Amino acid sequence: MSEKEITEMTTPGYEIPPELRHQVTITTLERIYNWGRANSLWPMMFGLACCAIEMIATAASRYDLARFGMEVMRPSPRQSDVLIVSGTVTKKMVPQIVRLYNQMAEPRYVIAMGACASGGGPFKEGYNVVSGIDKFIPVDVYIPGCPPTPQALLNGLIALQKKIERQSLRDLPWYQKGAAEPIPIPVLGPDLMDPRKYALIREVTRRQATQAQEGEVSNE
Amino acid sequence: MSEAVPKIAQIPDLVNLFPNKVQLDTRPGYQGYIVGREHLLDVVRQLRDEYGYDYLSSVTGVDYLPEGKMEVVYHLYKTLGGPALVLKVQTPREEPRVPSLVPLFRGAEFQEREAWDLLGIRFEGHPDLRRILMWEGFAGFPLRKDWREPYFEEEAKPFKSRWPEGFVFRAEDRNPFGDNVQYPPGFDPETWTSPDDEAVYRALKRIGEDDDFHTDTLVVNLGPQHPSTHGVFRMVVSLSEETILDLKPIMGYLHRNHEKIGERNTFLQNMPFTDRLDYLCSMSNNFGYALAVEKLMGIKPPERAEYIRVMMAELTRFLNHIFAIGFLLNDLGAYFTPALYAIEERELILDVFEAVSGSRMMCNYFRFGGVARDVSADILAKVRRLVYDRLPRKVDEMDEFLTHNEIVRERCEGVGVLTAEQAIANSASGPVLRASGVPYDVRRAEPYSIYDRLEFDVAVRYHGDIYDRYLIRLDEMRQSLRILQQVLRDIPDGPIMTGKPQYQVRVPPGEAYGRVEGPKGELGFYVVSNGKPNPWRYHVRAPSFINLTSLADMAIGHKVADVVAILGSIDIVLGEVDR
Ligand code: SF4
Repeated sequence: MSEKEITEMTTPGYEIPPELRHQVTITTLERIYNWGRANSLWPMMFGLACCAIEMIATAASRYDLARFGMEVMRPSPRQSDVLIVSGTVTKKMVPQIVRLYNQMAEPRYVIAMGACASGGGPFKEGYNVVSGIDKFIPVDVYIPGCPPTPQALLNGLIALQKKIERQSLRDLPWYQKGAAEPIPIPVLGPDLMDPRKYALIREVTRRQATQAQEGEVSNE
Repeated sequence: MSEAVPKIAQIPDLVNLFPNKVQLDTRPGYQGYIVGREHLLDVVRQLRDEYGYDYLSSVTGVDYLPEGKMEVVYHLYKTLGGPALVLKVQTPREEPRVPSLVPLFRGAEFQEREAWDLLGIRFEGHPDLRRILMWEGFAGFPLRKDWREPYFEEEAKPFKSRWPEGFVFRAEDRNPFGDNVQYPPGFDPETWTSPDDEAVYRALKRIGEDDDFHTDTLVVNLGPQHPSTHGVFRMVVSLSEETILDLKPIMGYLHRNHEKIGERNTFLQNMPFTDRLDYLCSMSNNFGYALAVEKLMGIKPPERAEYIRVMMAELTRFLNHIFAIGFLLNDLGAYFTPALYAIEERELILDVFEAVSGSRMMCNYFRFGGVARDVSADILAKVRRLVYDRLPRKVDEMDEFLTHNEIVRERCEGVGVLTAEQAIANSASGPVLRASGVPYDVRRAEPYSIYDRLEFDVAVRYHGDIYDRYLIRLDEMRQSLRILQQVLRDIPDGPIMTGKPQYQVRVPPGEAYGRVEGPKGELGFYVVSNGKPNPWRYHVRAPSFINLTSLADMAIGHKVADVVAILGSIDIVLGEVDR
């Protein structure tokens, strides 16, 4: 919290009796709630590729993730708040990642760490590579780099904290009534199939089939 | 010593030994022999049993599209040392079939599966020929030269659209599905049923039918998201109570199409991609690739560059081993404290890498005929301080804390044993092989760079259990420091590149196999050039991948809790396993 925020918090515009000044503070529910949440983000212990090694380095003593309340890496998605997608997302792996995201309890956040997770990176043209995890799950913060240095990762995490501190309890989806819709899990077919795109797939492959037939006819 | 080539370094004349079965490979730039498909098993069996070629290092396929042929290339070695014996088998492209070598060398199992998966070469007699990197049901064999990926643009880089015009577009916009996918024409996703995992479960050994006391076999999946699988690796184990009956590793969750991309890239463009193979040890990956291409080009780096290369490679080995030990302890339950000690030292070495190459992890530091930048006196002083003062103390510290720790001994001694015979048959390499009592180290068996003039011992241990695989890493760290001290003492001044640095190297047609003793084992690059700016074939013999062949042998009969520690003791990196 910045100096300014602390003064704001301790001088809310209400009269605090002088004898209580150093023990009581008045603030909004939203602010104290966001403040608490932003400073105890538990990342999921989930490494994909090279970027994961830099994530481990960030958690280690030199860069010390604990300063931000994030050192509690949880192996279970049920206990984690932030999913750091640290590496290349492959087609073979993406069903699992979507499943893990679905299993995370809300509120949940996603960080795309590195070029690969953000958009495919150096391996984008590969036949087994997904061009960025945001094709499937919503991403809050993108961190550039290949791999991002630990400083860059910390910067990204701080950006996420700032984002959380600006959020309002009123309009966030996870504070509304009703359960969240899980994201449909992609299927491994002849290639990766996103269930949300079945109609498009069918349309295009049908068109391709007719084109191929016409091509054959005209060849004859 | 006499002038004659020592007996061990002689390659037998196979044409005389096996008349009518074997021919000399006479294509310019190629070496070795072409074996008739139907004679392969006989020839290899005799070579193994009578001529001492007991180590099958690499198996890979090449698609010679213009000639309408597929070729499978075998690199055989003697564990006593010496150069490779290269065998090739050719098969028509329409129906590629080759006899499987698994009955002779179990180490061929995964590599043959890979060739089937990516090239569609059928290995007859293979016990479990399934896809390995891609999933069951994937359409096509991606490494075939006429197979095109969804984002296909041109056969070879640099792409005309981007160079010299510099036109940029999003690949998604050119694909009818708006994504990196393609489907057969007329395909309907609703009708798809996935055949994927059944085959794995069927391949697992369960309790036999004739067992009259019927208990259920439990099948457990570990991974791909598992805190101790060192990345996205999956094991399927069948259990009787808690004891492991069978284990099948499943990989490919990080298959990033290294080889397909590598064959579109120019030779130099592949250098930064090698960094991302074993992402802990980018320097030694660079080393292997540089050696292979230098062999093809027929050049050698200047002295100073050789010393710098060895210095970086040995620092990498130290870094990798200390990291591996830290994480092995993690797997044993010492949650993160030993790893933090390890990472501290790693950071200091990474500082050196960052200073010379500009990046902590992805160094991209080697060039064909040298290295990218010189090492300044400051950096050398820093390395000197590390090598003479800090790192030896830290190895001793690790040794003192861990070696006689009761829990470490209790959990590691006698667990996950791999015998020497198994290790050789499984083509294990690196610390895994040497901890089983086979003193085989490429730096000594077939010295490259300046290793022949450096003094060091090949570390070897004899029990082949987790404990020895831990100890051997300590030994090797000490030997690395010994090498580093010699390098720092002798490093000469001079140029660091042969010739001018250039973007486009001229590589004559031919094939080459460059191998180095990476921290994880024998890292080999098989490169075929047809004289164009791009490699025709670019294959990586990844030590982590092949060392996993031994995982089942080590784990069967132990408790499921041990499997995590056994995996940790092999020391894999998924970037290299899956490529
Ligand atoms: S962005 Fe770079 S470092 Fe990160 S996973 Fe991708 S290739 Fe590896």
